Amino acid sequence: MWEQIRANRRRAVALITLMGAVLLIIGYAAGEFFAPGAGVLGLVCALVIFFIQLAVYYGAAETMLLHGANVVELKREDSPRLFNIVEEMKLASGLEFMPKIYLIDDPAPNAFSMGRKPDNYVIAVTSGLVHRLNRDELEGVIAHEVAHLKNHDVQFMTLAAVMLGSIVILAVIVRQWLWFGGGRRRGRSESRGDGGGQAQLILLAVGLIFLILGPLMAQILYFACSRKREFLADACGGQFTRYPEGLASALEKISAASATTSFASKATAPLFIVNPLYAGGDEPDSVFSSHPSTAERIRILRGMAGSSLADYEAAYHKTARGSLFSRETLGASQANTGIRAPSNEGPIETRHDTRAPFYRTRGYLHLKCDCGMEISVPEGYESDEITCIRCGSVLPLPAASETPTAAGLPPVIPFPVPPLQYRRSGAGWESFRCSCGRTIQLSPSFAASHIHCDDCGRSIEIV
Amino acid sequence: MTLIMLLPVLLIGLIVVLALWLAGVYNGLIRLRNQLENAWAQIDVQLKRRYDLIPNLVETVKGYAKHESGTFERVTQARNMAMSAKTVGSRAEAENVLTGALKSLFAVAEAYPDLKANQNFLRLQEELTSTENKIAFSRQFYNDTVMIFNTRIEVFPVNMVAGMFNFMRREFFEVKGEEQRAAPKVSF
Repeated sequence: MWEQIRANRRRAVALITLMGAVLLIIGYAAGEFFAPGAGVLGLVCALVIFFIQLAVYYGAAETMLLHGANVVELKREDSPRLFNIVEEMKLASGLEFMPKIYLIDDPAPNAFSMGRKPDNYVIAVTSGLVHRLNRDELEGVIAHEVAHLKNHDVQFMTLAAVMLGSIVILAVIVRQWLWFGGGRRRGRSESRGDGGGQAQLILLAVGLIFLILGPLMAQILYFACSRKREFLADACGGQFTRYPEGLASALEKISAASATTSFASKATAPLFIVNPLYAGGDEPDSVFSSHPSTAERIRILRGMAGSSLADYEAAYHKTARGSLFSRETLGASQANTGIRAPSNEGPIETRHDTRAPFYRTRGYLHLKCDCGMEISVPEGYESDEITCIRCGSVLPLPAASETPTAAGLPPVIPFPVPPLQYRRSGAGWESFRCSCGRTIQLSPSFAASHIHCDDCGRSIEIV
Repeated sequence: MTLIMLLPVLLIGLIVVLALWLAGVYNGLIRLRNQLENAWAQIDVQLKRRYDLIPNLVETVKGYAKHESGTFERVTQARNMAMSAKTVGSRAEAENVLTGALKSLFAVAEAYPDLKANQNFLRLQEELTSTENKIAFSRQFYNDTVMIFNTRIEVFPVNMVAGMFNFMRREFFEVKGEEQRAAPKVSF
């Protein structure tokens, strides 16, 4: 496993160096185009673009993916089984810290991992994934994500993506300039027609080749790397779980789904388990695809005789006619790696349970019927009672009651409005309805004696 | 003449290189050993968690299935044996017995529908099943690490350094048969 990580790092350093060199050469060439002798200035510009991109990417990717309205960080009470699965995979991989778990309210089944440092790693899953997969399948997906974290794929792919972005931006700028302004100037220098023209021409040609081929090559390299890392994560996932079929069958279910995720972009796509921009990750197979074809991944996983990296290598060789691991990696691979028996456990949660954290944050009334049925009533529900769909009993919706007056006596003075009251039934999350119909939420930490309704402004006493 | 003058310099250079190499190898071994200790500690944490969960589980099941005292006794006994085991080998043995006893306890529970609907029981069952998985996964990682460690200290020339600083081979935490890994399964 460490051999694997070391081999990964060597390859990563090589790729980053290569892309960095292309970036710098383009920068230098750009400088020379603008004004002969300004190559160093171009270099500096290239670096500045790179660092700005890096900062923007780090800020934006996290904000975009983890701070939306439909994303929550899960606590153990929200989904003990999901936590158990992640913890199991953390132990199987020997990851240092427990990653944070985020849930995204999206029907398209998908998952991704993020994080710069081992102590702030994040694994995010969509609600569509959690309630659709059974335990073995979910374990396979989590193992794949943990493998990305363990292999430092996230940091590396981020860096590579930023570098690629910088190269493309720089190339576009220079090409635009050549198209509109540069042509005229070049014409002038040619009309002068002195001895330096030839050297300049060669420089121009080399620069042009880099400008056109550089971004293309960088893209091909970047996506090839992205695909390879997906294969590696699949291999490690199979090794961690000792059950490659789990991941294979999860990929099958994911690819059968028809929805695309609503929050991913081209830049963040390589982080996901299947490409989020295509329904079911069914992206056309080309040198510019971020993920290998899902069908091929499934075929390889199903072709494994055991669960070790060597078994994956053998299956990969049979399907893709190539090699994935170096000899030393396979030499340090583990011995006892059979395939375990399936656990026969169904989905870990129902759709309702999976989405429960969102009901809580969106002001749903949470009721529990005596038959065990849990019901979430959306805000603005018309009636003040609801029928349990399982046992048919009618449940009253909790509401703020008028101050209890002595029975039989008429209310004393209608003005001012008597204070309304809500009696808390516990210390946890609670919601009730104001007499105007608005749902009001009480958090476990709510300690004040009154709460104001946002709609009608009534002050309600909390006891 | 110049050769004789150069000799001490060469010798010192050689010693420095050797010392640096030695330090590198030694640090690598220490790092690996710490990883190993950590992996072992992880297993220990999970085993303790299982010991803590078992009395709760037995109490919950007892409330519904009074006539199965033989099973309860076996589980409790296996738990005590595992807790008092000293060496890696005997501990692995006792843990296997405990896993078997727990399996029969869950098999007993299958016959009591009321018990199976009990929230507390379901929670305990999930916790225990997951703890079993966690034990298996940390054991898997421990064994992987042991293999890397054992190979490392036996390969020339690292084996000389390992011998010098007394790095010993580690024992695997073995289980009999891979089906041990599966969650308790029952057929009707």
